[in-house]
Amino acid sequence: MAGRRRLRNRQGAVGLAMASPALILLLLFFVVPVLLGFALAFTNARLVSPNPPRFVGLDNFIRAFTADPVFFDSLRNTAVFAIVVVPVQSGLALLLAVLVNQRLKGSTLFRVVYFIPVVTSIVVVSILWKFMYRDDGLINSMIDTVTFGAWNGTDWLNNQSTALPAIIVLSIWQAVGFHMVIWLSGLQTIPEELYEAARVDGASPWRQFTQVTWPGLRPTMIFILITITIDALRLFVQIDVMTQGGPINATSTLVYHAVRKGFREQEVGYGAALSLIFFVMVLAIAALQRWLTRNKD
Amino acid sequence: MTDTLSSPLPDTAAARRKRVPGQPSERVLARRRRIWTYLAMSALALFFIFPLVFLFVSSLKPSGQIMSDSGSGRAFLPVGDISLDNYVDVFDRVPVGQFLLNSAFVTVGIVLFGLLVNSLAGFALSRLEWKGRGLVLTLIIATLIVPFETIAVPMVYWVSKLPNLFFENGILVYDFGWLNTYKVQIIPFIANAFSIFLFTQYFSTIPKSLDEAARVDGAGWFTIYRRVIVPLSGPAFATVAILTFLPAWNQYLWPLMVVQREQLRPVMVGMQYFFQLSPAWGEVMAYAAMITIPVLLVFLSFQRAFISSIAASGVKG
Repeated sequence: MAGRRRLRNRQGAVGLAMASPALILLLLFFVVPVLLGFALAFTNARLVSPNPPRFVGLDNFIRAFTADPVFFDSLRNTAVFAIVVVPVQSGLALLLAVLVNQRLKGSTLFRVVYFIPVVTSIVVVSILWKFMYRDDGLINSMIDTVTFGAWNGTDWLNNQSTALPAIIVLSIWQAVGFHMVIWLSGLQTIPEELYEAARVDGASPWRQFTQVTWPGLRPTMIFILITITIDALRLFVQIDVMTQGGPINATSTLVYHAVRKGFREQEVGYGAALSLIFFVMVLAIAALQRWLTRNKD
Repeated sequence: MTDTLSSPLPDTAAARRKRVPGQPSERVLARRRRIWTYLAMSALALFFIFPLVFLFVSSLKPSGQIMSDSGSGRAFLPVGDISLDNYVDVFDRVPVGQFLLNSAFVTVGIVLFGLLVNSLAGFALSRLEWKGRGLVLTLIIATLIVPFETIAVPMVYWVSKLPNLFFENGILVYDFGWLNTYKVQIIPFIANAFSIFLFTQYFSTIPKSLDEAARVDGAGWFTIYRRVIVPLSGPAFATVAILTFLPAWNQYLWPLMVVQREQLRPVMVGMQYFFQLSPAWGEVMAYAAMITIPVLLVFLSFQRAFISSIAASGVKG
């Protein structure tokens, strides 16, 4: 008895010792910044300032919701981006996964090709597409060729109504391969016998998909929806590289605005408040999706 | 392509089962379906590959020719005035070598320390019994929902206040502020909740009887970690290495904020040199190609491991 307890105590000490490097680092570089973010959101802290931060109550939040039109633009753009990207990207990813999941010669090659944009840095992707989106760029000349000159083209990123859609296209292009792989791993958990049985019953490929594949993909779907939504809300690099939020704030996003205020304009307190609003949104959406997709059986 | 299509592939079970005379046989239908699938997959492949072909081809052309080729299919062909001049010019304009070294150093630091620290934590959480480990594991998983972007701003403020310890003339002294260092690019990203989670999952599939046998032989816990668990966990280490390698190499927002000194900048932030100057697009493409090629090579050599790592990240989620 006593020996066993001593053994457990020793395990306690050893366990804590082995976990402690990671736990200390998480404490320092996750927990502290989270708490600090909460605290700073209620102050007028600046990045470099001779004066210590002063408590200002809800001023930062009042400012965001009443006196900062760019915040609303950013909120709207982020929402539009997410509302388009989440269904389109998850749907396209599923289509790709179904295509490459067939036992056909060369499907591994196609899988690799679809995945290549994922390993290409989003910074590189953004600068490349920025170049292609120019007035005299590749996209316009391709459209011109396809439509036999019927299309005059536009300066995609400098046009208020096309800038955000243009960024949506390249964002999906870059990330969809990632979610294809996740769907693929979901597809491969569905036992082959189910398809065999469906084929014996004479089910068409479409019916096989709706009756066998889709029900089997439910856990994967929940994961994909949550990760794509959160990734969509994080939109920053494309904006920073391609448009700096322009033209006239047509592509400013929550994270972009928080970084602009909290870092570039050094208003850490206000930036922290914006980050906190963003944080609450992420939590709310994750909770909402969990609830909407909860098991109803 | 059409050759492989017309060569008869083995029949499917269904095709053999049903063959109604007078109608196109199952076999013909299956072949038609296969052709359409290949067409769809090829069209999609073009969509995913054309910007990168354009990137690599353009990096070999003078800026003027890139512009004039944009109007035709020549944009995708290495024709005209082809040379490596852009690559040479990039080295004159920005310290590419330094940037590549910085990124390599930071990436290797994050990956190696991350493997050690997170696997130790995973070991403690999966194989040792201690008070509070369930709670710790739950908290670690809960942090996964928080995107880094939400804590980036307070984090800059925080690291700008952290102390540095160092020796000067043999005495230990300190000052404040981690901005403009290598450590600010590495240390905050070593501990990774998702890596800990993956290690914990993987280690808990290894039978505990192995630990007990080793303990009977007098092995300590660290020896068990090193001699029993680590050698059995190659796939877990590969997965974590791959999943931490990509974001580390691609870091942008964080170094943008905390590293102003040119000598310490990583490759992605180095891209900024080309935003400010009136861009010589040939050089932009050459720089973009140079910072993409290392990752592409790693990916193409380990593509199977890459893809199964990403898949593993989804299954448990």
